[in-house]
Amino acid sequence: MSLRYWCLAFILFSAFTRAELTIEITQGVASAIPIAVVPMRWQGQPLPEDVAEIIRNDLERSGHFAALAPDDMLSHPTSEADVYFRDWRLLKQDYLVVASIKAATKGQYQVRYQLFDVFNERELLAQTLSANKHQLRDVAHRISDAIYEQLTGIRGAFSTKIAYVTTNRTRSRFNLAIADSDGAREKVVLSSKYSIFSPSWSPDGKRLAYVLLEDSGSKVYVQDIATGDKQLVSAHKGINSAPAFSPDGNKLALVLSKDGNPEIYVVDLNTRHWLRVTNHYAIDTEPNWMPDGDHLLFTSGRSGNPQIYRVSLVSGFIERITFDGSYNARPRLAQDGRFLVMVHQSAKGEPFHIASMDLTRGLLQILTADTFLDESPSVSPNGVMVMYAAKYNKRSILAAVSVDGDVRFLVPSQSGDVREPAWGPYLD
Amino acid sequence: MKKMTINKLFSVSVLALAITGCASDGVVSEDAATIDESQTQAVAASPAVDMVNNEDAQVSNPLLDQTTIYFGYDRAEILPEFKDVLNAHAKFLVANPQSSIVFEGHCDERGTIEYNLALGERRANTVKSYLIVQGVNPGQLNSVSFGEERPALFGSDETTWSKNRRAEIRYSSAQGQQQIGNNL
Repeated sequence: MSLRYWCLAFILFSAFTRAELTIEITQGVASAIPIAVVPMRWQGQPLPEDVAEIIRNDLERSGHFAALAPDDMLSHPTSEADVYFRDWRLLKQDYLVVASIKAATKGQYQVRYQLFDVFNERELLAQTLSANKHQLRDVAHRISDAIYEQLTGIRGAFSTKIAYVTTNRTRSRFNLAIADSDGAREKVVLSSKYSIFSPSWSPDGKRLAYVLLEDSGSKVYVQDIATGDKQLVSAHKGINSAPAFSPDGNKLALVLSKDGNPEIYVVDLNTRHWLRVTNHYAIDTEPNWMPDGDHLLFTSGRSGNPQIYRVSLVSGFIERITFDGSYNARPRLAQDGRFLVMVHQSAKGEPFHIASMDLTRGLLQILTADTFLDESPSVSPNGVMVMYAAKYNKRSILAAVSVDGDVRFLVPSQSGDVREPAWGPYLD
Repeated sequence: MKKMTINKLFSVSVLALAITGCASDGVVSEDAATIDESQTQAVAASPAVDMVNNEDAQVSNPLLDQTTIYFGYDRAEILPEFKDVLNAHAKFLVANPQSSIVFEGHCDERGTIEYNLALGERRANTVKSYLIVQGVNPGQLNSVSFGEERPALFGSDETTWSKNRRAEIRYSSAQGQQQIGNNL
């Protein structure tokens, strides 16, 4: 092996491992709320993170806020005493965030912020958070969460994590990674020459179940994120795939074809008791738990093409849910089961997009349009956004769309392909 | 682009055979098996191929060199044009009970990864069942699905997709491999 090849390999490898994600907002709501997040005053060594900028980006990405650029501000107040509300009214801002950051003891920082209602000149939120330099980003996301919840009434999900799989163009290397919901701080938890797919979070956010497609076939593993310990859960003859943690975290729904064709099973991770859920000669796959823990949604080809069904784990009763379209698959639920989100093809030959269906009214809405071959939808824990994988400019990228279809953004990576997003749970 | 590469590959191998006096087994590439109407059929029908095949006919059945069969979109049924190929493999396996094969089922990239994993298995199993009906001992046959994860070609167009919806036959015993010869 010559040095030249090693150098090339190193360059390729490092380019690939730095597949850090960025965000491009492509559509927001017309009535986005104007908010000014003032840069924080800080005297000392430069800080590793710009907390105010992270908050602005979080709020902008939600599509429901328009954050004022710092250059357009008339002043940069850092406490209530310096705030002239008429300046902010002049700039047509509805809300104002001022914050300051101070060094505390032993490498700790104190971040204090206030959220004001500009029109009523009233403080809505005030909080002091402390962090070391590695936690400044967490603090920023927590402030974004609090502001978002205060102003929209919906819990923020900026502090949550996403898992996804990156791969090089020749598909000879696959990395399972987790990152902040904005794509920052990527951390590879598994690197393999085999394809990794269907990552599924445990409800406590501590473990990931996934499929590794080895030469002998697909196998299901559960990995502890902190320790990296990986445990083989299912290696039956045939397919072992599509793992999904139950809401209590004790069971895994998955697909086995050991009986001759793919069927849904549930395994108790503590007792290793296996329960067969479906029994049909058609393809049954992609189980996903309903919030009650007593029902599963799944994809089945039993009608002749893939459609979504619901099965009761108590009675075994199976009910078809989707009727619109020639291909409905990979069901996910949003907002406590009010909305079904899935991969949808309206008719043969038509593009694959992400659709949502209001289960109370039965209305189906196609959410995506700018991307191609949309798949793998995953819903944020507050039920607002759907992250999915798609083809865009001949690459596999992640993209997101709100469940109402109003907000869209792309999450392109610097290099390689990104697939199989899984939005993690709330961590507290 | 792709068309050029395939044709080039093919002509290079034909040339190589001509030079080496056609010592190896037949040279029917994967492309001969295409169900697509495109350029590759013209290649398959070229007299050069027929000549090579005829020369080798005494040594082994050239159909055995064809180890990939293709499927329709979202389908797992065996298309009539591939029955001769599968019959040849069945005959070989019956005659060589020490040989065994693995069917690898593959899909194009459209649709979900999990549904395609299941569909790939269905394709592999359909081929397996067909060979069992032809009298092959089930103990000689295995199947595995790779879904859409191991495409033969990269790209997002109908030609690429038609090449990726496939089942590949892999001989696992050394003797089987030797007799079958290397495929392109």
